[in-house]
Amino acid sequence: MTSDVHASAAPARRGGLARALLRPRTGGLGLLALVIALLPLALPNAYAYDVAINAGLNAIVCVGLNLLIGYAGQISLGHAAFFGLGAYASGILTTRYGWPAPGALAAGAVLVGVLAFAVARPVLRLKGHYLAMATLGLGVIISIVLNTESWITGGPDGLMLDDLTVLGWTLAGDHTWYGIVGVTLLLTVWLALNLIDSPVGRALRALHGTEIGAQVVGVDTAHYKVLAFVVSAVIAAVAGSLFAHYAGMITPGKAGFMKSVELVTMVVFGGMASTFGAIVGAVSLTVLPQLLVAFEDYESIVLGLIMIGTMVFMRRGLFVTLLDLAKSWRRS
Amino acid sequence: MTLLRVETLSKQFGGIAAVDGLSFAVEAGTIHSIIGPNGAGKTTVLNLVTGVYAPSRGAVYLDGAMVSGKPPYELAACGLSRTFQNLQIYTSMTALENVMVGRHLRLDRRLLPSLLRFPGVVRRDEAARDRCIELMEFVGCGRYVDADAASLPYGALKRLEIARALATEPKLLLLDEPAAGLNATESREVDAVIKKIAAQGITVILVEHDMKMVMGISDRILVLNHGRKLTEGAPDEIAAHPDVIAAYLGAAA
Ligand SMILES: Nc1ncnc2c1ncn2[C@@H]1O[C@H](COP(=O)(O)OP(=O)(O)OP(=O)(O)O)[C@@H](O)[C@H]1O
Ligand SMILES: [Mg+2]
Repeated sequence: MTSDVHASAAPARRGGLARALLRPRTGGLGLLALVIALLPLALPNAYAYDVAINAGLNAIVCVGLNLLIGYAGQISLGHAAFFGLGAYASGILTTRYGWPAPGALAAGAVLVGVLAFAVARPVLRLKGHYLAMATLGLGVIISIVLNTESWITGGPDGLMLDDLTVLGWTLAGDHTWYGIVGVTLLLTVWLALNLIDSPVGRALRALHGTEIGAQVVGVDTAHYKVLAFVVSAVIAAVAGSLFAHYAGMITPGKAGFMKSVELVTMVVFGGMASTFGAIVGAVSLTVLPQLLVAFEDYESIVLGLIMIGTMVFMRRGLFVTLLDLAKSWRRS
Repeated sequence: MTLLRVETLSKQFGGIAAVDGLSFAVEAGTIHSIIGPNGAGKTTVLNLVTGVYAPSRGAVYLDGAMVSGKPPYELAACGLSRTFQNLQIYTSMTALENVMVGRHLRLDRRLLPSLLRFPGVVRRDEAARDRCIELMEFVGCGRYVDADAASLPYGALKRLEIARALATEPKLLLLDEPAAGLNATESREVDAVIKKIAAQGITVILVEHDMKMVMGISDRILVLNHGRKLTEGAPDEIAAHPDVIAAYLGAAA
């Protein structure tokens, strides 16, 4: 039996280039970098760039949200609010208080981190699915505040922002923003893949499988759920800050409930517990509405149908389902 | 030296007392078995000792310190580890990753080093991986190292849980029916694994219906019936005890 073990373990270790390329952190990240680098060749105009940048920002949020939904097995219905808070923090601090943009972004991230912790900690100490309800409530409250406190948020009309300046450099234009979002996405994916393949990530996946089974080997399950929630919220806030500077304006709609549902749908559609699935989900559901402008009025219905369709026909999401198909096709 | 002491422990579920005023002590370095008919309260005792349930009355002492009321993850840090009668496997992970979760408390669990993949995290992860492969070989499921946990046969999952529990480096290991559902050969292998575990100085509490195994490896046996202690003693005393023969062995024969 012992020799048997080494025989099967050794080839897996040695790997080879092909195997390294199939591993997410090496191959997946490399492939993603390649796609991001080459995609501009296929982007014909400013409009296409705009869609790509928005898809990238959504992908950043979804990679983070997937840590919570796909890996830790918890649902948040308020992530758009965190995105919005990041955006408004950047907008308010830079325009009204003259903060430098990186400082405002960091402040927004910290604020959202603290808020997410304060909400999740008491809720996740309880057993059951209270996080969905708590985040739903939080999202609604934040939406209301953004709409009504117009003295600071600009109310329903929103808030205009200046161009992003970092150390005296003004960052503007489609190409620059495509680069910023692309690099941020790569960085986010790298961090997420690291986390998933660490003791912290294994604890998250374990508690998703069985909380009691995780607890008896020492995993403080509530702590790790809170951690996943805070990390995903902070990532959303950073994406929000970037969005605000890119778009040059932010309105409360970006922080609303429908936007939160859209983010969850992207994660579920692309593939829970798959980082690249989350990107596929975010990109497809950002691009799709652009192609189906005729359905604009029915967007929430289409979202609902996609959600139901995914749950019924491909529980593991588009990306993982396609990957499995490709594998079984290669084997046969 | 007494490692574990349980004092007038009780657990009520609604009207019924699953465990009722139970007291016993487990000496360090021994294999202490708990037997009794179905529904006697054996699993409930393990759940009370490992913090899965809080006792209705009574207390649990580990190394003289009261530990009842602590959650399972704190008790794991105190040196308690266990397996489950109805498996608790992380099915979306590989078999090896399941065992590696058992190293949780021994690894760097800080967020930032994990996110940034510090060299120290990677090095300790590699060492943990090697150690967990050894443990899988030790319990006899080494051939499944790279397999998805969900694809393992039942008998291998039972052993995987033992490997995961051992990965925590426990002082006290509680096994809930490790041989249930195994064939005779597999049972004998698990029997041998438990003996090797005890030989390493780990104290074992064993809940098991396989009388041959229990009589063969136990230093002491506690017999439960309706949540109470029927009797307790060395294997030969238990085998000869008239109440046990009537209540338990007799029913099985
Ligand atoms: N969570 C629970 N809720 C309600 N009743 C329970 C619960 N857990 C156990 N019981 C009851 O407590 C009693 C003891 O159950 P327990 O599982 O401890 O028995 P056991 O000795 O492990 O039995 P078996 O040999 O079948 O595993 C049973 O009557 C059972 O129905
Ligand atoms: Mg039982």
